Amino acid sequence: MDFILQPWPWYVSGVLIAMIMFVMLFFGKSFGFSNNLRTLCTICGADKYAPFFQFDWKTQSWNLFFLIGAAVGGFIATNYLSLPDYTVAISEQTVAELAALGFETDGYVPESQFSLDALMSVKNWLILGIGGFMVGFGARYAGGCTSGHAISGISDLQPASLLAVVGFFIGGLLMTHVLFPLIY
Amino acid sequence: MKNIKFLLAGVLFGIIMFKSEAASWYRIQEMFRFQSIHMFGIIGLAVGIGVPMVALIKKFKTKDFSGAPIVFHPKAWSIPRYLIGGTIFGLGWALSGACPGPIVVNFGAGFVGYLVVLAFALLGTFTYGVLRDKLPH
Repeated sequence: MDFILQPWPWYVSGVLIAMIMFVMLFFGKSFGFSNNLRTLCTICGADKYAPFFQFDWKTQSWNLFFLIGAAVGGFIATNYLSLPDYTVAISEQTVAELAALGFETDGYVPESQFSLDALMSVKNWLILGIGGFMVGFGARYAGGCTSGHAISGISDLQPASLLAVVGFFIGGLLMTHVLFPLIY
Repeated sequence: MKNIKFLLAGVLFGIIMFKSEAASWYRIQEMFRFQSIHMFGIIGLAVGIGVPMVALIKKFKTKDFSGAPIVFHPKAWSIPRYLIGGTIFGLGWALSGACPGPIVVNFGAGFVGYLVVLAFALLGTFTYGVLRDKLPH
């Protein structure tokens, strides 16, 4: 059991993610998570505001079940499949650089940003809000996120997906190396 | 309930995302600083298996569980759409430390900040839908 409770090495995880993609293909669906964002907008009534949201959302209900499952999976993994109070073992260099920006480096995510208490800070609301907004806006603009482009699309050798992933890295590097020092 | 299998696949996905640490804000920062093989190994290996897998499915015209052929949908080529959209996504990915799947996984794991991220991701998608015709595609 101990190997399950320990963090999983990348060479196990990579195989398992490919397996999930195969399972979804076998179920007759393509693996792409962010389509759910559009579906949820439609359910909330966005179809009254833009044609982009005018579609029969029930055709996507399978993906919503996948989304609910993902949340349940997160709950199970942290409560039953992990050791208590574990810290993600990132490289020493990353620890040093994040510490220099004022971040703690224990736990799974920085509590200073994602705990309930963190929501008392206006700055944190801006960080979470702007970050989330760009993820939702960009994922739909680019027609997919990490699962749809970086995994499914590149596995199908789609040039569009390769370009999207190049964009993901342009944005990510800009945020990490240029904007983080200004924000934190 | 034909959707139960998708729920179970989602549970498995959530567990894999969490246990692989692909949903960890720290791992995303480490990735964008090129300081570990971890995230590159995960995505690279998944794609390394995915490419021959998809090629074999196409070559042998594999059917899904219902007997229908497995189809792939090619994406129409566009530079602005993928480059601009992808860059905006990347900015958000690094700032929030999670892409859409892990946002939900982290919320399930009890990090409530990700509920805020999810709500604003929906607002972002809504805004894209409204502005769609005015954006270069």
